[in-house]
Amino acid sequence: MTVQLVQTRFAEPAGNSSGEAIGIRRLSRRFGAGDQQIVALDDISLSVKEGEFVAIVGPSGCGKTTLLKILAGLDRPSEGEAWLRGTPIAGPRRDIGVVFQSPVLFPWRTVLDNVLLPVDVQKLGRSRCMDRANALIEMVGLSGFGNRYPSELSGGMQQRVGLARALIHEPAMLLMDEPFGALDALTRENMNLELQRIWLETRRTVVFITHSISEAIFLADRVLVMTPRPGKVQIELEIDLPRQRELSVMNSAAFGEYANRIRGILNAKGAVD
Amino acid sequence: MNSGFMKIVFSVLILCALLLAWQFAVRYNEIPIYLIPAPSDVIMALVRGFQTGIYTKHIIATLTEVFAGFSIGLAMALVLGLLIALNRTVETYVYPYIIMFQSMPKVALAPVLVIWFGLGMTSKIVTVALITFFPILVNTIVGLRSADFDRINLMRSLGASRWQVFRMLQLPGALPFIVAGIEVGIIMSLLGAIVAEFVGAEAGLGMLIQSMNTTLDVAGQFSILIILSVIGLSMNKTVGFIGDRLLFWDSSRKAKAAMGRR
Ligand SMILES: Nc1ncnc2c1ncn2[C@@H]1O[C@H](COP(=O)(O)OP(=O)(O)OP(=O)(O)O)[C@@H](O)[C@H]1O
Ligand SMILES: [Mg+2]
Repeated sequence: MTVQLVQTRFAEPAGNSSGEAIGIRRLSRRFGAGDQQIVALDDISLSVKEGEFVAIVGPSGCGKTTLLKILAGLDRPSEGEAWLRGTPIAGPRRDIGVVFQSPVLFPWRTVLDNVLLPVDVQKLGRSRCMDRANALIEMVGLSGFGNRYPSELSGGMQQRVGLARALIHEPAMLLMDEPFGALDALTRENMNLELQRIWLETRRTVVFITHSISEAIFLADRVLVMTPRPGKVQIELEIDLPRQRELSVMNSAAFGEYANRIRGILNAKGAVD
Repeated sequence: MNSGFMKIVFSVLILCALLLAWQFAVRYNEIPIYLIPAPSDVIMALVRGFQTGIYTKHIIATLTEVFAGFSIGLAMALVLGLLIALNRTVETYVYPYIIMFQSMPKVALAPVLVIWFGLGMTSKIVTVALITFFPILVNTIVGLRSADFDRINLMRSLGASRWQVFRMLQLPGALPFIVAGIEVGIIMSLLGAIVAEFVGAEAGLGMLIQSMNTTLDVAGQFSILIILSVIGLSMNKTVGFIGDRLLFWDSSRKAKAAMGRR
């Protein structure tokens, strides 16, 4: 009977339909006060379904990182509310994996130890997670590099370590802030293919921030287009391209259509990529 | 033949040639020993000093001062560094004074310290502790604060406690800074001990140099300079060796080593 009650409480969170991974309602974030006040996020509402891959595109300074930080519990909104899986965000949560713009590795830890960082912090037990860590290292194409140090890896390899680390504690949700922004075009395309493959295997909820319109369309189920000053979501675009997508999809007419629409919105707002 | 070995042979040959030239020049020009001693005089002084046991006694005195003072300075710098870096209140009240003291040459305090603590070892140990304390303290504070914002955010996003952030991120990240501070401190500690002994002491290599000066024993002073170089070099190498083992992951350290380290 009690179990039933508890389940009901989680299944029917206040004001949220089930199956919603992220809910944001009328959220604003302002920095500073008076004349110098910056409205980083202005009255944003959105919803992300469980297992959905959502990309957010927008020019520099439109509040993408701010939004991600709020979702990760690292920053608080000035107004409005945000939920993750039915519970209001009250701080960092352990069921989230965050991938930052730079790899953010610890140079004194080996690749394996870097991947195991969340395990150490959350005291999940190294021995229990060792197989999983090795499997993840293999999945991101770094088998044989487990005992190397970050300084021995290329930028792209380091970024893949960051990806494996974000997945080690089996988070229900991945938040990614321009994870491939610093990579060269070729490595970036490979990483996109790899990320899609991982997502198809695991089907986690992903929020993926990027500057690149084509990267967003290639990866996402849905693209949110943001514009700055004040930071707003202009439109949401369902990307109806069949999975598994190949790189050649970027040459298709449908792909070009999506890209043109997004570019049109950004240009209209004077915010060219 | 590997080139490293050849380089050593070559520099030894050059050294021998220089010493021979020096020896010849001094003897040929009949320069008195109390102005510039010949290498052979210096070596004789060195041998005599060790045979009579005088040098050993003073080396032990100086080394004791250096290690006692250095250990005290190091321990205090680490403890206070932690307190200042982790506690805002301590920082606001203490840090300004530290910055003030840091720019003051601490050896200038040696005469006062001899008045306060006497001619014995205590005044030397205090001087050495004081002189090593500041570079290590400042580096510890800067090192603990140097934790990159993204890394802190990463730790926070994982739900890390403050203690975990300290232990897993700040402390290992501060290590290169602390080691660099120790590398400076260990050199300064020998300097501090010698200067403090100059001011007034009962034993030690600095005192020995001072007393040789009054008897115009320049060869003896040169022989002690050799001993001091050997001591300084071995302390420096030891710290560098330990630092390299500890900081094998620090690629900027490798770069520094490649450039001949400072
Ligand atoms: N801690 C802060 N204090 C003051 N202003 C801030 C802070 N963080 C962000 N801002 C401001 O909020 C706005 C949005 O910043 P944000 O970092 O979210 O942009 P972004 O979309 O991630 O940009 P980029 O693509 O360059 O990373 C910027 O104008 C920025 O100056
Ligand atoms: Mg950003």
